[in-house]
Amino acid sequence: MNAIAKPGLDVARIRQDFPILSEKVRGKDLVFLDSAASAQKPRVVIDAMVHCMEHQYANVHRGLHWMSERTTEAYEEVRDSITRLLNAPDRSHIVITHSSTEAMNLVAFSYGRGVLKPGQAVVISEMEHHANLVPWQMLRDATGIELRIAPITDAGELDMLAYETLLADRKVGLVSITHMSNVLGTYTPAARIVQLGHQYGAKVMLDGSQSVVHRAVDVQALDVDFFAFTGHKLYGPTGIGALYAKRELLEQMPPMMGGGDMISSVSFERSTWAQVPHKFEAGTPAIIEGIGLNAAIKYVEAIGYDAIAAHEAALTEHALARLSAIEGLTVIGRGQDRGGVVSFTLEGAHAHDVATLLDRQGIAVRAGHHCAEPLMRRLGLDSTARASFGIYTTMAEIDALADTLDRVRAFFT
Amino acid sequence: MMFEDLRDLYQEVILQHGRKPSHGLRLAVFDADAKGDNPMCGDRVQVFVRHDGDAVAEVGFEARGCAISIASADLMAEAVIGKTDADIADLAERFVAMARSGKTDDADLATLHALAGVSEYPSRVKCATLPWMALKAALVGKGMASSE
Repeated sequence: MNAIAKPGLDVARIRQDFPILSEKVRGKDLVFLDSAASAQKPRVVIDAMVHCMEHQYANVHRGLHWMSERTTEAYEEVRDSITRLLNAPDRSHIVITHSSTEAMNLVAFSYGRGVLKPGQAVVISEMEHHANLVPWQMLRDATGIELRIAPITDAGELDMLAYETLLADRKVGLVSITHMSNVLGTYTPAARIVQLGHQYGAKVMLDGSQSVVHRAVDVQALDVDFFAFTGHKLYGPTGIGALYAKRELLEQMPPMMGGGDMISSVSFERSTWAQVPHKFEAGTPAIIEGIGLNAAIKYVEAIGYDAIAAHEAALTEHALARLSAIEGLTVIGRGQDRGGVVSFTLEGAHAHDVATLLDRQGIAVRAGHHCAEPLMRRLGLDSTARASFGIYTTMAEIDALADTLDRVRAFFT
Repeated sequence: MMFEDLRDLYQEVILQHGRKPSHGLRLAVFDADAKGDNPMCGDRVQVFVRHDGDAVAEVGFEARGCAISIASADLMAEAVIGKTDADIADLAERFVAMARSGKTDDADLATLHALAGVSEYPSRVKCATLPWMALKAALVGKGMASSE
């Protein structure tokens, strides 16, 4: 973590680090406003992965030869980087997964079936991504554990009074709530969510898929029990993510998958598990992707979260001002504490038509239900268009979006 | 005009039918109906059919979706009136082929040619074909069609 706050962020220089940003789309400059779905990759990430494949690649954790040992060192370094990124106490708290979806499924499966008991409940919120909803429905249907849904306010914030009410009977064993909504851009009051959960005897997981991209996360300061994130939104490759968990919880949890790498010893009669975190990491891991994520984390750390957060706040403020001024445009989600994800609807134009017209100008946004169908129903919507920002997003790109949306509206009315 | 090059996709006829469909309502009396669902994007359509003898006399629909899907449903409702179920099933296949290929050489589809532009936009082809999937499902007595 950078101790010295950097005053700002040199976006022009950062953009040079991302080769894809010089691509043309339909003859126009690419305006990539879909980073919340998946972010673009800087040269250092691409180079690290290519270097691995060209110069230093073998399977990890098992070879006695030089290539395997070097590759193991390079791969395992990502666990140190994640430990640093989240300010975890040490690397044994970090389970490397293929995604935040896998990380949350691991908790739903191993903690849900191995530690939670029938009669207990799990609390999620109305604004969860399907990845933090469907695994809990599967757990409920398999074990009879109750699933409770904490409501949100019309502004798109977690209703903290209702949340506390759900905890009051002390039956809740686990709370799993997003740290930042992928639809509304709302940051949830994580420390308070955790503190209330603990007060009523529940463990708490945060889905950090979006938040870790924009803000420094300190799992010890939050005192959170589980924290899931994914690499590909953090300028790293796809296929790699992580679960942070408190050590004593990992010790209690049975493994989800069996196979190589996760065992201590194996016979036909019985097998014993490797130490945590390795007992949750069956099979050959995503080696190249891990090396790529390591490079991505170092890249983000070098820029610094102070600069990233300030840049995002400025972009979001500008976007909200410009978009709100467009006639017929409604920004969905008006949370007080919000980040660089802005969903909107445009009167008279369906989100898919909006996205297609924007695409014609080289502007990439997402349109649809954003893997959060229950939230859409809660909001009385079928779909929204969503612009989301990254470290390479410029004010000029937001202006291009707003100017084009003005014309989209004229086109459909 | 900024979106002039999008006129292949959003022709005036599509914009008009998308904005003010003539058949966009539930029929008071119908003998077949089915829902169509595109789970990837959330588009939904329900198609209602009333027959008179062997031929379709009236089609109505309720839809929540984009301009392409609404216009396609509306143009479909006009195109199939007076046709038998077998003719409609055949027409539906030819329509889907047109939406995928972009070829407008099928004279029977003349009133639907405006939708051939979707072939340039793979993610939007299903917007145009969803109402036809629902209509086909209605005619064979299946209540539900999916774009997937």
